[in-house]
Amino acid sequence: MASFKKIARRTFLIGSAAIVGGVAFGTYKFTRPLENPLEAGPNEAALNPFIFIDQSGVTIITPRAEMGQGVHTTLAALAAEELDIAWEDVRVLHGPPAQAYYNSALMQAALPVAEYSKGAFMETVSEALGQANKLLGMQLTGGSTSMKDGYERLRHAGASARETLKLAASDALGVSVSSLRTENGRVIAPDGNSVSYSDMATRAAKIDPPQVELRPASEWKYLGKTMPRVDMTGKATGTAEFGIDVRREGMKFATVRMNPRLGAPMLSMDASAAETMPGIEKIVALDGGYAVIASNTWLAFQGADAVQAEWGDAPYPAEQGAIWQAIEDSFEGKANSTLRDDGDADTPVQGATEITAEYRMPFLAHATMEPMNATALYTGDALEVWCGNQGPTIVRDRCAEAVNLAPEQVTLHTTLMGGGFGRRGESDYAVLAAQVAKQMQGTPVQLTWTREEDMSHDFFRPAAIGRYKGAVKDGKAVLLDAKVAGPSVTIGAMKRLTGFTAAGPDKVHVEGAFDQPYQIPNYRIAGHLTDIAIPAGFWRAVGNSVNAFMHDSFLDELAHAASADPLEFRLSMMRHEHAPSAGTLEAVRDMSGWSGKREAGVGRGVAFAHSFGTPVAQVIEVIDEDGAIRINRAWIAADLGIALDPGNLEAQMYGGMIYGLSAAAFGEITFASGAVEQGNFPDYDALRMHNAPVTEVQILASGGFLGGAGEPGTPPAMSALTNAIFDLTGKRARTLPLMHEFDLLV
Amino acid sequence: MATEITVNGKARSVDLPEDVPLLWVLRDELNLTGTKYGCGVAACGACTVHIDGVAVRSCQTALGDVDGDVTTIEGLGTPQALHALQAAWIEHQAAQCGFCQSGQIMQAASLLAQNPAPSDQDIDDAMQGNLCRCGTYPRIRAAIHSAAKATQGA
Ligand code: FES
Ligand code: FES
Repeated sequence: MASFKKIARRTFLIGSAAIVGGVAFGTYKFTRPLENPLEAGPNEAALNPFIFIDQSGVTIITPRAEMGQGVHTTLAALAAEELDIAWEDVRVLHGPPAQAYYNSALMQAALPVAEYSKGAFMETVSEALGQANKLLGMQLTGGSTSMKDGYERLRHAGASARETLKLAASDALGVSVSSLRTENGRVIAPDGNSVSYSDMATRAAKIDPPQVELRPASEWKYLGKTMPRVDMTGKATGTAEFGIDVRREGMKFATVRMNPRLGAPMLSMDASAAETMPGIEKIVALDGGYAVIASNTWLAFQGADAVQAEWGDAPYPAEQGAIWQAIEDSFEGKANSTLRDDGDADTPVQGATEITAEYRMPFLAHATMEPMNATALYTGDALEVWCGNQGPTIVRDRCAEAVNLAPEQVTLHTTLMGGGFGRRGESDYAVLAAQVAKQMQGTPVQLTWTREEDMSHDFFRPAAIGRYKGAVKDGKAVLLDAKVAGPSVTIGAMKRLTGFTAAGPDKVHVEGAFDQPYQIPNYRIAGHLTDIAIPAGFWRAVGNSVNAFMHDSFLDELAHAASADPLEFRLSMMRHEHAPSAGTLEAVRDMSGWSGKREAGVGRGVAFAHSFGTPVAQVIEVIDEDGAIRINRAWIAADLGIALDPGNLEAQMYGGMIYGLSAAAFGEITFASGAVEQGNFPDYDALRMHNAPVTEVQILASGGFLGGAGEPGTPPAMSALTNAIFDLTGKRARTLPLMHEFDLLV
Repeated sequence: MATEITVNGKARSVDLPEDVPLLWVLRDELNLTGTKYGCGVAACGACTVHIDGVAVRSCQTALGDVDGDVTTIEGLGTPQALHALQAAWIEHQAAQCGFCQSGQIMQAASLLAQNPAPSDQDIDDAMQGNLCRCGTYPRIRAAIHSAAKATQGA
């Protein structure tokens, strides 16, 4: 395989003769093509930023990072579909940081409207926002946007490359282009003569790529089918390279300890005991902490334990109680948003039964299986960084700043990620590695965080409190009036990602509540922000992970207040609002044999959430097992609009659900004396083989839209579980995690 | 003073203090990076290797205490010569991020060596120390059953 180093230009070099300038994508043709970041040598061709051909075949360059969601496989299938290469021959590399790989779908999601009800006008506005992101050049994997972004781009890249290769072959073989066909990486003439794509690389590189129509779905060979994942053999044999597996000649191993009071300075440090320990090479003070560099990671861990540091005070309330108080206080102030305000939520409805409920959600850590790490080599006028990350352009720029180099002096290699879930959209771990490498000029250094450091120095899913009021009459909801309060993810993250301060209504803060496809005549969702300096970040499904739990739990409470079947209650409010959403509820009803009745010792709960363009319904069954609650079975139905890879989508759906169930059952981050109290998996457990439910998934494809996949499985999981527990025990869980109030099977 | 150990059939001499866990000997000294660090406290199973065919947590096994032949994921099978479990993992497309999977496979291999036809309950009992944050359990279970069948049929 062509190495990344070989084919990726470091930066913005323009116009060597071998490079075809830009991309000829149908929907993007009205803008100036972006420069192609790939560099082609002799007998090679970079036909566009996504297709690289050398003498050993075709490499598909994916603009998005693989963190387990199968994105490399499906993005490759999009290009391969048009390019006619055999699946066994598909090779995939992650692209270098480059503007050409901007995420066009990401900013579109920022519109303050419900995704399911976007009209034509909004689509136009949202396209324009997509262009704005192009200017920012953000190459981000997040927001379940990879397929939305890649669906046309990668197919156009494949189609355009195919036609370029045919033009080259027409010239070489002396036959007309229209008589040529392509198959398995070859261009074939009517007389059976054929040339390989590799043979045509040099010629093709000189041809201006034509624009072509995309093949209709009816002709697809790869898309719409479950494709073997391109990363599976590596992951089953221990040969896949994650960031933590990077090995360079002469490399040293380091670890870092930052102030447990997040964001506060280190006042002093005494490294004298650590300096003489075995294997220790160097101990360096950093802004807010220290790093220990050794001959072995474990020896670095031991050295770090032996350093004595005095830490500054937290820039936020030091105790959990005070943090909750700050969140409660923010209900008093003016609302930051009221993105849904239908009817009149202030006037009580005559003859209706009113109920209220308050929900509390804790801070959560991402706890990716691979702890944070990055490897860096600083050589004075250049920096090379290896790490898994969800935002290469940002990581490159932050690392450059940190060591006082220009972005074009930084080479970033994006490896596979042992989980991302939003955590690797941050740059902190790469920046620290760059800073440590600068103090070890000429020596590559791998910086690995302990699990404890990783757990306690996260950008957390913020805690939140929701106050819900509602009313039912004649079996229907007639009022839903909710306020949610908590720290904003958006404000901090936008600042870190773009340098801009976000203003206006924070959509993410209320997503999962204001944008759900229900008809309720009086319906208001308001968001209140808590200004607190605890680092907050994108946690799988972001605001939906908070609001879907509260909103859907409350619908369940309303259904019971109305003496209605919880599934039919939701369905009756949804049917005329959004058919694909209703379809998912009907599907889980049928799959699970939902009858509204239950046997003794069994509880069932239903939940629904529309997030990232994808409606997902789940039914969860819990059983009483000798006094403990077992999450026994689960049924999931999701409508992706277009199901590009059903097998992978199924995996994302149950994986997303298990991530949500784990958090609901065991997940919480709390603070004492300004520091996170949880350190390792015994304090922050997750579902395992024996207590994860037996699950059935149905992937629907009703057409007309392309939903996201990486996150939408998570939002409905928490309330499906608590609704089931209510059904089993009669006790409503309004505070997570459940382990404090319920005896769960562990 | 160097410690002699046998890893994947090869004698290796390691010049590290005897209290360094086998995990970090494998990863940082012998460049066998298939074995992963997840927690360091026996709570995740990502570091699982075999000593004389039995699954152990390499993060809890000091170099000086290694008293048998070590097998890592790299020694279990290779992309060219897959172990039955690795083939089943690929058949069932079990991995997502993949970071826990070396440990899962080593744990499952130890299970199958002792119990060639495990029940769901046997799988639960053997595998519950192996955490997967991506939630790949359904396909791991299916892959273990399928490898068990394949091996018995052979
Ligand atoms: S790293 Fe050994 S059990 Fe987690
Ligand atoms: S596959 Fe990601 S942790 Fe198991």
